[in-house]
Amino acid sequence: MALTEQRGPSTFDAERIREDFPILKRTSHGNRLVYLDSANTSQKPRSVIDTITEYYERHNANLYRAVYELAEEATAMFEGARTKLASFIGAPDPNGVVFTRGTTESINLIANAWGRRFLSEDDEILFSELEHHSNIVPWQLAAEATGAVMRMVPVEDDGTLDAERIEGMLTGRTKVLAISGQSNVLGTMPEIKRLAASAHAVGAVIVVDGAQLVPHNPVDVADLGIDFLTISGHKMLGPTASGGLYGRLELLEAMSPFLGGGEMIMEVYPDHSTYKAPPHKFEAGTMNIAEEIGLASAIDYLEGLGMENVRAHERELTAYAIEALGSIGATVYGPKDPDQRGGAVSFWYKDIHPHDLAQVLDQEGVCVRPGHHCAQVLMRRLGVPATTRASFYVYNTREDVDALIASLEKAGEFFGA
Amino acid sequence: MALDELYKEVILDHYKNPRNKREIPDAVLTCSKNNPLCGDELTVFVNEKDGTITDVAFVGQGCSISQSSASMMTETVAGKSRDEVEASIGAFRGMMAGEVEADEDTFGELVALKGVVKYPVRVKCAVLAWDVLQDALESEGEAGGSAPH
Repeated sequence: MALTEQRGPSTFDAERIREDFPILKRTSHGNRLVYLDSANTSQKPRSVIDTITEYYERHNANLYRAVYELAEEATAMFEGARTKLASFIGAPDPNGVVFTRGTTESINLIANAWGRRFLSEDDEILFSELEHHSNIVPWQLAAEATGAVMRMVPVEDDGTLDAERIEGMLTGRTKVLAISGQSNVLGTMPEIKRLAASAHAVGAVIVVDGAQLVPHNPVDVADLGIDFLTISGHKMLGPTASGGLYGRLELLEAMSPFLGGGEMIMEVYPDHSTYKAPPHKFEAGTMNIAEEIGLASAIDYLEGLGMENVRAHERELTAYAIEALGSIGATVYGPKDPDQRGGAVSFWYKDIHPHDLAQVLDQEGVCVRPGHHCAQVLMRRLGVPATTRASFYVYNTREDVDALIASLEKAGEFFGA
Repeated sequence: MALDELYKEVILDHYKNPRNKREIPDAVLTCSKNNPLCGDELTVFVNEKDGTITDVAFVGQGCSISQSSASMMTETVAGKSRDEVEASIGAFRGMMAGEVEADEDTFGELVALKGVVKYPVRVKCAVLAWDVLQDALESEGEAGGSAPH
């Protein structure tokens, strides 16, 4: 008992962390701001905001080719951000990290530059029922272009994905397994390391949607043995339109370019061009320089907290929330064991439509997300048009969960449910 | 803005006791549509005789705004001529776009929905039933209208 209590405030003080986030000082509709939508986008600490401001006030220039001091500084900061992101996810070589605007762009990059090049008729693209639209639609487009076939692994009744079932569907025809590292709806965390080995055993590559995995867990791509990992910076305290794609270097080298244009080329002739080596082969045009430098600052902040501690804090808060939601009669979807899931908690409360629920909660200063969460395939499986989702991050506290519960009860009274 | 300005008593009443929420098995015109924003799906059934809408009903699930709007719509348009119904659809859309003054003479109970205008995200919920009704009216000529799915 004493041990459990010790793990709380003494090592991870969310109250103190809140002080670093300027937005949490404002009110919403006159109430304390209770931000429970970090799975959608996270708030930003002062240090990240300051880094972006300082970049524009002191270092702003375009990258690589200019020979003046400002440009050298900007280039060093941008490439420094790449090294930092690579080390944060355990990538053995920074050249395996391509900067993108986030997970959607990253998966589109893979589906186009790898998929259209290496997929052919009757090849299978295996994906799971709980995927975000961004890990389904780009593959559908690639399938349409190549004649490859989409196959879906169903989610189990308890909201988990069964590794054995997935392995049963991996065959010699499977060329890619596209799977979320952590569900944005159910919090489900598939056994990625095991699945990477199983995918490789049939000659398939594994693409891990890391939009929710990377912000909330220690991640080591080398240990997991995965081929691709996508990263959304804005969900991990960084600016919007920051993020990247990790790819195994041999794969990145073999792939076609994605966007063509300046900076990604070696030589351009009227009828053909040659391209730079990865990662620059995939970075056409002026990049999101300030954003990626801001992301590096966010990684500094997270590393200061320790990703093990971030995970432990959210695990504790998720367990508390699931129990509290159950106690007022809400139905929580997905795994109930906090060891098996992340901190995105979707629920249904007293037959009040999620849109109505979220509207009442908003009046109380509580920000949650109603809707299908870009997972219509999963919503059909759950048999609901939408859910309400609360999601947690480093700055959330039990007080936030208590405010959620109190506002839900208020909504129940209001709608007479 | 207080909640009861958005969720007027009339809205909650239609939400809890929706009027004409039923299927019309022999409907001349039907149409289904969903709101991609929230996944709500609505089917509208219409019977028409000699240019007059004789019966309108709906089924589906959705939030209080979309359900109450559908319920009030069925009461508003039943018994009207096709031209009048099309005018009502246009007027309601105008109110939701903030372009038409929401007076009680024109809109009756529907005036209760004018608070929705301040919540752009919810306007789609309020307009859904009316969009489906319009599609149902336009489906005339196709065999039996578009089937609900």
